[in-house]
Amino acid sequence: MKKLKKAANFFEKLMNIIFTACGFLAVAFVIVITGFLVVKGAPAISKIGITDFLFGTKWESTASEASYGILPFILTSVYGTLGAVIIGVPLGLFCAIFVAKMAKPNLSRMVSGAVDLLSGIPSVVYGLVGMIIIVPFVRKAFNLPDGANLFSAIIVLTVMILPSVVSISETAIRAVPREYEEASLALGATKTETVFKVVVPAAKSGILTSVVLGIGRSIGEAMAVMMVAGNVANMPRLFKSVRFLTTAIASEMSYSSGLQREALFSIALVLFVFILIINLILNLVVKKDKN
Amino acid sequence: MRETISKGRKIKCALLNALMYLSAGIICLVLIGIIGYILYRGLPHITPRFLTSKPSLLRGTTGILPNILNTLYLILMTLIVVLPVGVGAAIYLNEYAANKKVVRVIELATETLSGIPSIIYGLVGMLIFVQFCSLGTSLLAGALTLVIMTLPTIIRTTQESLKTVPIGYREGSLALGAGKWYMIRTVVLPSAIDGIVTGCILSVGKIVGESAALLYTAGMANEILGITDAVKPGNAGSSLTVALYMYAKERGEFETAFAIASILLVLTFVINMSAKLTARILKKRGNR
Repeated sequence: MKKLKKAANFFEKLMNIIFTACGFLAVAFVIVITGFLVVKGAPAISKIGITDFLFGTKWESTASEASYGILPFILTSVYGTLGAVIIGVPLGLFCAIFVAKMAKPNLSRMVSGAVDLLSGIPSVVYGLVGMIIIVPFVRKAFNLPDGANLFSAIIVLTVMILPSVVSISETAIRAVPREYEEASLALGATKTETVFKVVVPAAKSGILTSVVLGIGRSIGEAMAVMMVAGNVANMPRLFKSVRFLTTAIASEMSYSSGLQREALFSIALVLFVFILIINLILNLVVKKDKN
Repeated sequence: MRETISKGRKIKCALLNALMYLSAGIICLVLIGIIGYILYRGLPHITPRFLTSKPSLLRGTTGILPNILNTLYLILMTLIVVLPVGVGAAIYLNEYAANKKVVRVIELATETLSGIPSIIYGLVGMLIFVQFCSLGTSLLAGALTLVIMTLPTIIRTTQESLKTVPIGYREGSLALGAGKWYMIRTVVLPSAIDGIVTGCILSVGKIVGESAALLYTAGMANEILGITDAVKPGNAGSSLTVALYMYAKERGEFETAFAIASILLVLTFVINMSAKLTARILKKRGNR
């Protein structure tokens, strides 16, 4: 009897240790990922010089006198994301308001079903559609030699961030207490006025969260952008072929070596820092919301 | 009835309403457009032979059986590893961890993991699994990379489901003399099975749609692999998404790309539906 109890106790302790290990695995992964990126990415930055690397406007990794400036990539990622947010957020927000407050239940379910489906479509499929439909369309519409440029990328990114903007804003809008609306309606405001002047301001932080998540998704997107942005390391212009931070990594990875390869890891490190900052902002927004 | 609303207000409301309908309309049209176009271009090329053969230069035919199998292998291998670990982590967070700060740190780590872009996972997966663990470019390295990517999903859904198990169940079990692990195994886990299933479905969705993380970890080979070969280090294989990318971007074989895209769309649809179905079951049980 005593022996049995001892065995059971041991087993309990073992399971406790196993579960604790599982729990801390996520932390370990974050540390390992950060470690690998810093160890592999930092040397090239110090070799190239941090200002030359971050603010250099020329990326010529295969030239005889190679120069590794990633300002074009940083700016392209920022502009691309900004463009997608400027078009996507109003579009998504209006749609979210429509789904949450204005549409009849059946219509609402249909639209939010469509948004769900949109969020599930793989990014290469978006890239394919962008390549075959949007790129030729942009080329013809603006009379350009090549339609694979920042503008096409912005359109694809807009569609890709829409689902997160719509679904999270929708949840936030639905969570606003019914009394707010009733008070506003009782004071004589119309339904539309109530929604825009009472409900949306009350759901502000949830909507902000959706925007930040959209930014995160857009800045991290690689494959779709790779297929539509033209992939040339130009300083960003709306109708020029450009390369994003993500695509800069992906496009040279397969054949790079030496300092070039190390510089790619440095780009990943920069991208990682961007994402961490976005996560930090997200946490601040959510925490503010809780208070 | 007397007019109580001024003309200006009326116009403003009408305008805002119109914008709302317009936005919702645009989004639905975009979806219908994408789906319609892909199926229109892709479906005619899906033949039994296309689905059951590998690309052959000799006969000049393309087939995607290797890619279908690789995707399946990736799903299986990833789930086998991530399920116990993820569920274990959720159990730790919900049942064992007493320190709130520790829980917060782990949750922060999971949030960070879920925010990292897939291209960075691809790169780190290459560094860790392909080079450091010297698995070579292989399905195994790809699956292990996917494990890190899907871990947050499994932890979150399982944790949410564990939270809905009434505390009384646990107390009842413990009061009858059960050990903690026995209580978790027989009472808590069976009640949380639907959250685990939801997590699996969402993870499968993520794996099926993933490409950037697999490009440099699982590789681009199009050979048919048996299940025993698939788990061996060094055996590379491209998933459906990576194959789509290669056909479209590198080889310009758009018909094949669209055919793969239609298959991916159908898969996405099925996964989406089953996720909704389990969510509905979960809700029903929550109300009971």
